[in-house]
Amino acid sequence: MAQDWIEREVLIDASRERVWAVLTEAGHVARWFGNTAELDLRPGGKAAFGWTEDGVFQAVVERVDAPSVFSYRWAREAGSEPGTGTSTLVEFTLTEVPAGTLLRVVETGFASLAVSAADQATAAEENTQGWTDELAELKQYAERPAP
Amino acid sequence: MSSPRPGREPGPAELGVVLAAMADATRRQLLAALASAGSATATELAGGLPVTRQAVAKHLAVLKRAGLVTSERHGRDVRFAVQTGGLTKIAGWLEQLVAEWDTRLAAIKQIAEARD
Repeated sequence: MAQDWIEREVLIDASRERVWAVLTEAGHVARWFGNTAELDLRPGGKAAFGWTEDGVFQAVVERVDAPSVFSYRWAREAGSEPGTGTSTLVEFTLTEVPAGTLLRVVETGFASLAVSAADQATAAEENTQGWTDELAELKQYAERPAP
Repeated sequence: MSSPRPGREPGPAELGVVLAAMADATRRQLLAALASAGSATATELAGGLPVTRQAVAKHLAVLKRAGLVTSERHGRDVRFAVQTGGLTKIAGWLEQLVAEWDTRLAAIKQIAEARD
């Protein structure tokens, strides 16, 4: 795999409202994401997810469309603000299906994150667009036996 | 219930060099050219791109620091070739992050399906 985003989904035998609560209520969040959680559930609201061994990761809520879409931007480093180039965006989408709720998570922004980490401010936006596809192609090329 | 910590190994600080090297269109072109040619000198690479040999040399230096190319001296020439190590690191890191989400989603499922 060579792309700068992650997409996973899971089918849950529970109502969409129930899954929404597990995703957005701090008491639940602390059970599946870190060990402690604070969450101000509104766009621009602050959140903090703590891991006993690794510290507290701050986040800012972006989208709250109950009970279908919830997203936040979270810092990649413990103790730092989730700014541009230092955070990734996590978006949950909840879809009602006959068997319950389909929960999808997409985390994006790894490429721009890393670019910033390397202090490559000159790397233009259009350059980071599409690099992931090319990366995958390149890897295929590069792993061919030499002609 | 335990939950996975955010992926750190190797973290963005280490991979940043690789990803930043890949974030430049000219450098990607150079890598693609090297990948299809097998190996080439900076002069040969500059012949196929609208940039100077000096600019190519600078880009190759960035790629080399990122572990994306190797160089080898042949007489008076320095020949460059693609090295896959850097790309493999990126892929490995992202796979680790995917595994973390799988674990978290499994935990969410377990909590949501519990009738408490």
